Amino acid sequence: MLGVIVLAGTAVTLWLSFVATPADAVQGEAVRLLYVHVPSVTVAYVACGITFVASGMWLWKRTEWWDLVGSSAAEIASVFTAVTLLSGMVWGQATWGTAWEWDPRLTSTLFLFLLLVGYQALRAASPDRSSRARRSAVVGLLLVPNIVIVNRSVQWWRSLHQDATLFRTDLDFRIEGLMLFTWVFATAVGLVLLAWLLMHRFRIGWLANRVEERRLGDALTARRAEATS
Amino acid sequence: MLRDAVLVAGKDLRLEVRTRVGLGQVLPFAVLVLVLFGFALDPDRGILDAATPGLFWVTVLFSAVLAVQRAFAVESAEGVRDALRLTSLAPGGVFLGKAAAIAVQLLVLEVALGVGVVVLYGADPAGWALLVGTAVPATAGIAAAGSLYGVLAVGLRVRETLVPLLLLPVLAPVLLASTRAFEAALDGSPADGWPWAGLLALFAVVYLGCGIGLYGTLLEES
Amino acid sequence: MSPWGYVVLGWAITLVVVVGYVVITMQRGRALSRQVPAEEQRWM
Repeated sequence: MLGVIVLAGTAVTLWLSFVATPADAVQGEAVRLLYVHVPSVTVAYVACGITFVASGMWLWKRTEWWDLVGSSAAEIASVFTAVTLLSGMVWGQATWGTAWEWDPRLTSTLFLFLLLVGYQALRAASPDRSSRARRSAVVGLLLVPNIVIVNRSVQWWRSLHQDATLFRTDLDFRIEGLMLFTWVFATAVGLVLLAWLLMHRFRIGWLANRVEERRLGDALTARRAEATS
Repeated sequence: MLRDAVLVAGKDLRLEVRTRVGLGQVLPFAVLVLVLFGFALDPDRGILDAATPGLFWVTVLFSAVLAVQRAFAVESAEGVRDALRLTSLAPGGVFLGKAAAIAVQLLVLEVALGVGVVVLYGADPAGWALLVGTAVPATAGIAAAGSLYGVLAVGLRVRETLVPLLLLPVLAPVLLASTRAFEAALDGSPADGWPWAGLLALFAVVYLGCGIGLYGTLLEES
Repeated sequence: MSPWGYVVLGWAITLVVVVGYVVITMQRGRALSRQVPAEEQRWM
């Protein structure tokens, strides 16, 4: 059901962004990247927020459910952060002429990506389920404070060291009418996609835990059979 | 809690003094990094002068990773962590103790590196108040975040690579802030540096608070 | 490259990565659900 909505929504978004909306006065055709770049960063941040809340809830309730919600959202967040970085670099090349500008937003998104990679690495490295949940909940809870500190410090650094003319704010401009609608619509599609992915990723985590339990059960019965024979 | 912290810190520092790993390996490593930077950025071209604060703090950061690894390698061996838990020390105290021991080692290292920078790079130390006012909160923040992320990797096979991956992105703001503050101090414009020192203090407070609050969860490993 | 080139490139990267992730997710789910009997698959 959600999958169908996402597919239809993506088709409409593509039509809106490539055909229906006009080119921007300042940005030209490159403005069409806004409808993919900004919704993906929104989805990434919402997913990080879900990880943060789920980690806090895990520390409180300590249930498998919250652990799986947190880890699923973190994986999806890392995919969307990567996509945001890539499309941001393409957009930067189109409007600034360089793929990488030490722009506060781009830089702190890179750090968000690295923090998420660390979260995944920690999960992959933890062998047993309870310590994995415990450790990743702590990292997940620190995700939001970390990204706030990184963001503030980078913002401050760039604003101190560059004068106003160099400090590019090309990405900030007013949009209205159909362009605004396209942006809001694309964000909505992105959020539905997030919900769909979250459900499927959660199911994978759930099934993987069941498989692990069954393996353990099988190993136990095998050992028992060995002992009695 | 503070009493427990003193106990743990005392234990770690005694261990450090007896084994001399910090003095015999981490400190020479840090000096080696300084020399290597000297080779990479030719001292005669002025790049080294401009980059000195950054190189100093990058070296501190890498050495801090080693110190953190070391501090927790000690705990994972021979079930010491179980023993720590059984002694009914307050988790917050264990955290503060670990962080304090790391901080003391780092401060010693920073003093030695400072001398190294003056001798090898010909840096001219000025603005003492700001230098100290930056180094102390920066060290506290590095030690607090290091103790928190260090314990996360205890007992994992990939510990050596996981700790830097988790810790270095978190410490990036510390590197940024302390480098700017040192630049301001060496340029003789300390007024630009104090806000960065404030940011470092905030970072340290946040991580000390998180560590005290979350350490209990991390120690109660099944 | 023309502005349109960048626009298409940016969209293409995003769509390829996201669609790739969706496909991988569905395949992982399918592979795992084969290993677990139907009565244990309920999670809601």
